[in-house]
Amino acid sequence: MKEFGGPVLFLDRNDINTDEIIPAKYLTENTKMALQPFMLEDLKLGGFDPASSKAKEAGVIVTRANFGCGSSREHAVWVFEVNDINVVIAESFARIFRQNMFNCGMLAIELPKSDLDVLFALGDTVTVAVDLEHGKLTARGDREVTFGFELNLFDRELVLAGGWLAYADQKY
Amino acid sequence: MGKTIAQKIFDAHLRDNPSPQNVVLDLDVVMCHEITTPIAVTDLEARGMDRVFDPDKIKVVIDHVTPSKDSKTATQAKILRDWARRHKIKDFFDIGHNGVCHALFPEKGFIRPGYTVIMGDSHTCTHGAFGAFAAGVGTTDLEVGILKGVCSFRQPETMRINITGTLPAGVYAKDVILKIIKELTVNGATDKVMEFVGPVVDAMSMESRMTLCNMAIEAGGTCGICLPDQVTAEYLWPFILGDYPNIEAAVTAFAKWHSDPDAIYAGEVTLDVSDLAPQVTFGYKPDEVKDVTGMEGTPVDQVYLGSCTNGRIEDLREAAKILKNHKIADTVRGILSPATPAVYSQALEEGIIKIFMDSGFCVTNPTCGACLGMSNGVLAEGEICASTTNRNFNGRMGKGGIVHLMSPLSAAAAAVAGHITDPRKML
Repeated sequence: MKEFGGPVLFLDRNDINTDEIIPAKYLTENTKMALQPFMLEDLKLGGFDPASSKAKEAGVIVTRANFGCGSSREHAVWVFEVNDINVVIAESFARIFRQNMFNCGMLAIELPKSDLDVLFALGDTVTVAVDLEHGKLTARGDREVTFGFELNLFDRELVLAGGWLAYADQKY
Repeated sequence: MGKTIAQKIFDAHLRDNPSPQNVVLDLDVVMCHEITTPIAVTDLEARGMDRVFDPDKIKVVIDHVTPSKDSKTATQAKILRDWARRHKIKDFFDIGHNGVCHALFPEKGFIRPGYTVIMGDSHTCTHGAFGAFAAGVGTTDLEVGILKGVCSFRQPETMRINITGTLPAGVYAKDVILKIIKELTVNGATDKVMEFVGPVVDAMSMESRMTLCNMAIEAGGTCGICLPDQVTAEYLWPFILGDYPNIEAAVTAFAKWHSDPDAIYAGEVTLDVSDLAPQVTFGYKPDEVKDVTGMEGTPVDQVYLGSCTNGRIEDLREAAKILKNHKIADTVRGILSPATPAVYSQALEEGIIKIFMDSGFCVTNPTCGACLGMSNGVLAEGEICASTTNRNFNGRMGKGGIVHLMSPLSAAAAAVAGHITDPRKML
């Protein structure tokens, strides 16, 4: 099975929208790889630098409520994919972004605010490993903490199938 | 147990239940534009799956950057154009015939009550104005829609938005929806259908209902939806006159989609608009909304009138009420983009284009362009735009630019004054 996890990029804000994740001016690119340098370019978050090593090395994003709101652009998922980020952990997601993640075989994991507060308090350097089979994720920072999570059954099947196109092509 | 309109549409289109929480629906219309579709097309080609489920159910337009501004956008347009021709998609709209998708497709009569509609565009929720279930999706959903004619959704929960009272002079559907988004917040309707009901909605034109439904996504809603009635039937009549003996028969047939009196709702909001003031956004989220009086005097560098939210003939007529016999301020760049060729043509006939031009506005062709900072009116760092569009996100109309969303009347007032001001004083 595909491995999900990696070093965490913390984005401590609600309502981060897809225009901030990948501005519309880059939607004229016709390959996913061309999006790579522009991830989170317009993010409005004090102290955040899209060119920082934290952003460059991230494998997981940990953020707050309503992540990925706004435009339907799947480019917001692809820009993470081509930057080797395959998990976003948030209190909640906007519908289209969440579906786009699962449709691409990537993980959009919802955790309650109390768990996210614990995650955010683990220090600057945190690594997350996801155990999809058992619905657990382990975070290693100043200490190690394990969280349980649940996925919608269909979303889980999409991840296992490698995305919606593969799933739908087989079934419909 | 009664059903909502959304549940009735889901039941009528059910293809599969992949889990108790999820459904796969058959689609009546799959709409495509040149920003999110080309990657779907090239991916299908690469997989050896370059097919379409039904060319008559696929509607295609080049609208976001048109005419193309550079080689990259020309390539996107070409990929879409070649694909539409290759698959004999007859409803393909290119230069001379193209306009903003969510204004153009309703005008062409493509949306009917009870339909399921998707597009790779978040403002697809606009088409719920016709009593359809219409949702924005990403490129993978679009790809599967093109290939198989299906799309997955979670079971719909519906929030009932009851709009009561009477709209005061100078206050419009745009002000109503901004107020609703303020009340609900930007994720107050996530995973929910927003069903707009009440006497104010009943009295609204289709154009106003489209404005209302257009911004459902800004509260996180999957779709905005209005119950199809006499107004819907009259708008659609040229396209359905072969299907029904008269308009009344169409109205009766549409009523089967109406929510049952004992339908279960996931929430209910009532808004009395009788004392509602014109609304304007501040900040970078569409729920950051104030009465226009609270923003009085905010200077603007540019005023943009257009988009899938407010680029229809009704919007231009309202703005023209203020622009008539007024010049816009020297410090303001006024840009009008009528949303479709039909709107443009109608506005020419009514003398509205002349009013805009005489006031100092530049009139561009129909395109999405400036709304998302792609072309035809991009802002520079620190510049402020009074805009009739739908998003005030950071960088939306250009890196470092600031957007204040408002009605066409409020935008016209800002153009004349050179700053945000109460348009009711100018009526």
